[in-house]
Amino acid sequence: MEQLGIAEQLREKFPGSILEIITHRGQVTLLVDRKDIFAICQVLKTDHQMNHLNCLCGVDNLKRTAAHLERFEVVYQFYSIDNRTSLRIKAQIPESDPSIDSITSLWTGANWLERETYDLLGIVFNNHPKLERILTAEDWEGYPLRKDYALRGDKEWKGLEELREKAIRLRQYDFYGAQTEQE
Amino acid sequence: MITLTDTQTIDVPVQSGEEDRYHLKMGPQHPATHGVLRVDLDLDGETILTCDPKVGYLHRGFEKLAEHRTYAQNIVLTDRLDYIAAMSNNVGYCEAVERLLAIEVPERARMLRVMVCEMSRISSHLLWLATHALDIGAMTVFLYCFREREVLLELFAELCGARLTTTYTRLGGVRQDVTRSIMKKLDKFVEDFPACIEEYETLIDTNRIWLKRTIGIGQVSAEKALDLCLTGASLRGSGVDYDIRKHMPYAGYEKFEFDIPVGETGDTYARYRCRMEELRQSNFILRQCIDMLPPGPVLGKDAPDLVMPIRAANKLEVDVPAKNALITLIEDRDVFMEGDIYVATEVPKGELGFYFISDGMGRPYRMHIRSPSFIHIGALSTMAQGAMIADLIAIIGTLDVVLGECDR
Amino acid sequence: MGKMNNNLVQIADGIKFIPGASAIVAPLNKLINWGRAGSIWPATFGLACCAIEMMVAGSSTNDLDRFGIIFRASPRQADCLILAGTITKKMAPVVRRVFDQMPEPRYVLAMGSCACTGGIFDTYAVVQGADEFLPVDVYIPGCPPRPEALLEGLIKLQEKIMQEQGRWSNLV
Ligand code: SF4
Repeated sequence: MEQLGIAEQLREKFPGSILEIITHRGQVTLLVDRKDIFAICQVLKTDHQMNHLNCLCGVDNLKRTAAHLERFEVVYQFYSIDNRTSLRIKAQIPESDPSIDSITSLWTGANWLERETYDLLGIVFNNHPKLERILTAEDWEGYPLRKDYALRGDKEWKGLEELREKAIRLRQYDFYGAQTEQE
Repeated sequence: MITLTDTQTIDVPVQSGEEDRYHLKMGPQHPATHGVLRVDLDLDGETILTCDPKVGYLHRGFEKLAEHRTYAQNIVLTDRLDYIAAMSNNVGYCEAVERLLAIEVPERARMLRVMVCEMSRISSHLLWLATHALDIGAMTVFLYCFREREVLLELFAELCGARLTTTYTRLGGVRQDVTRSIMKKLDKFVEDFPACIEEYETLIDTNRIWLKRTIGIGQVSAEKALDLCLTGASLRGSGVDYDIRKHMPYAGYEKFEFDIPVGETGDTYARYRCRMEELRQSNFILRQCIDMLPPGPVLGKDAPDLVMPIRAANKLEVDVPAKNALITLIEDRDVFMEGDIYVATEVPKGELGFYFISDGMGRPYRMHIRSPSFIHIGALSTMAQGAMIADLIAIIGTLDVVLGECDR
Repeated sequence: MGKMNNNLVQIADGIKFIPGASAIVAPLNKLINWGRAGSIWPATFGLACCAIEMMVAGSSTNDLDRFGIIFRASPRQADCLILAGTITKKMAPVVRRVFDQMPEPRYVLAMGSCACTGGIFDTYAVVQGADEFLPVDVYIPGCPPRPEALLEGLIKLQEKIMQEQGRWSNLV
C-alpha cells in the first residue's frame, strides 16, 4: 500500500519521532512526537506531493488510554491531489506544556485551523502569526472542547451577565416598561 | 461662516500617509455578509489594506454537543451545519459513520443518497446565485432562482417532511423510500431545469455590470488556492481538478457519468462559470438517477438496531429495564470498534470532512467537522487584500460561505 | 367592506371611509394602530437557518409585500425585529444593540425554536431563549418554521398592534 510506503520512508528519516504506525479501516495513521512535526509536514509536502491539507484538529485524550497517548494530540490529515494518497499524522502533546510548532508557513490555510484548536482546546502553536480566540468571545474563560469542561459551561460568560443587567436597566425606556414605572 | 465669491476657492488640505486611513467594521449585522460575519477593514480611501474577518457569532458548540449524543442522534445536528444543503451534510455524516462502524448500505439507498445530494447541490447553487447576484446588484435573478429552489424544497418536504432541516439519511440507509409522485415531479423538474439555467444566463452572462464586477476580481492562482486549502468550486475555478466525487467516490458516485468543470483564470467569473456548469452536471446526474434507480430495500439489515436502539432493547428480556438494555447496547463494543476515521464528501461548498474518534462507546469520543466555509472565510483576508471595498462583497459572495457551517 | 348608513364604508375594524370626500373617520388610537399594522418594516437580520426561510417568505412565492411588510436593511428605519435563528452568547450583545437602535414603537418576533428557547443547542455557547434580554412579542415555533408560519406570526403581530391602547403618548 502506498500509504504504508510513505510511512516507512518517514520512519527511516525520523527514527526517533515516529512512535507508531496504525492502520484502521484502510487509513494509515502515524503517531509522532511533537518535536519534529514541522519537518515531517515539510517532507510530506515537498517529497511526497501531499499538497492538500484536509483537516487539522486537536483532541483531548483525558478519557482515553493507549500506548504513547499523551493528554492532547493534534491531528493532521494530508492528501495528495496528484497521487491520490492520504495520510494522517497525530502529534502527541503532554499536558504540562501544551504547545506545538505551527505549520502556517507551509499552508496559509492552517492559520485558522490552528487558531480554532487553540481556542477550543488551549493548545499553543509556536510561531503562529496571530494566535487569538476565534470562535468564542475574546474574554471567554476555559477551553470548551476539553473533556473536563461541562457541556453547558462551567461559568456564565461575563458578557451575557452584563447584557442581562443592561436589559433590566433599559426596560424603563420601553413604552410598556415606562408605563409600569409610572403606575 | 465662510462666504465665497465666484473667483475664490478653498484649499482642502489633502492628508497623506497614516491619517488618511480609516478603520471600518462591517457586520455582524450587514445584509451582504451572508449571515453573521464581521469583517474588520483597514482602508485607504476605497482600497482595502488589511482585511480581518471575525467569525464565531454563530458558534453553537456542535462538536461538544456531538460528544454527548449517540451517533444516530447526531444526524439531526448535521442539518444545521450547512442549512442550505442539509441533505449533503446528512449524507456526509452517515457515510463517515458507516465507514467507521462498517455498516452496509443497500444499493437503492445509495442511489437515493446521490439523488438527494445532487438536489441539494442544485438548491444550494441556486441560493448562491441568487444572493451573489443580489449583492452585485442584479435583483431579478434572485426571484427567478427562488422559483426553482422552491420546487426542490417542496420535494424535500414531500420526501421527509421538512424543507430545510431534512434528517433524511439514517445509519445504514435512508429514512423512507421515494413515492411515485416525487419521482414524477422530479422528472418534470429535471426536464425543465436546463432551460432555466439558460434563462439565468441570459440575465447576467452578457450583462456589462456583471462582467465588470466579476472578471479579474478576487483572483487566486492554483498554488495560492492550494496554499489556502480552498476546495470545491473555489479551487476548481483556479484550475485544480479536485472533486471528491471523482477522487474518493462515495455513495456510488463511481457509477455515474459526469464531468468536473474546471476554470482557468481563478477569478470570480471563473468560479461563477464553474458553478453554472455544475448545475448542468447535477441535473445530468439526477437524470441518470431517475433512470437507473434499482429496486430493493432502503435500509440495511443491521441498521434498525442502530437507528432505534429502543427497538432492539424491546427484543431483549422483558424484565430487564429498557434503560439498562439501551446502555448495554450502546456500550456494545462489537459494533463500536475503537479507532478513528476521516471521511470527506463533496458538498456544494467544497470538501466537508468528518473526523471521528471512537473509543468503543455509542457516542463519538471526538467529532471534528472540517467545514469548507470556515477555511474559505479564512482565505478572505488574503483574497481581499488590495481590492476595492465593493469588490469585497463580490469576493464574499463568490466564496459561497454559510456561517452555520463555518462557526459550527 | 360593508355598507354603513350615511354611506360610510368600513375599511377596517372601527375605521370608516367617507366616499367622495377622501376622508377617514376613526378614533385616533385605531387609526394609528391601523397604519402601523399595515406597514410593519422588519429589519433584515438573519442569524442562522431560519433566516433562509425568512428569505423565502420575502420572495415571490409567499410575497410579504402584500401585507405592507418590507425588509429594511437599517434598524433605524425598522420597527420590527425578526430574530431568525440561533442567538449565541457572542451574538447576543449585538442583537441587543440592533434592538436599541430601533425607534419606538418596536416589536420583536422570535422565529424558530432556537430564538424561543435555545432549541436543540443546550450548550455553553447558546443563549437559552431571546427573552433573556429582549421583550419578545410573538413566538413562532418550528425548526425552522415554514414561511407560512412566519406569515401567521406576522399576522398575529398585526392583531396585537390593533389592540394597543395609545402607544403613541404617555398621556393616554
Ligand atoms: S430553530 Fe432550527 S432552523 Fe431555526 S435557527 Fe434553530 S436550528 Fe436552525
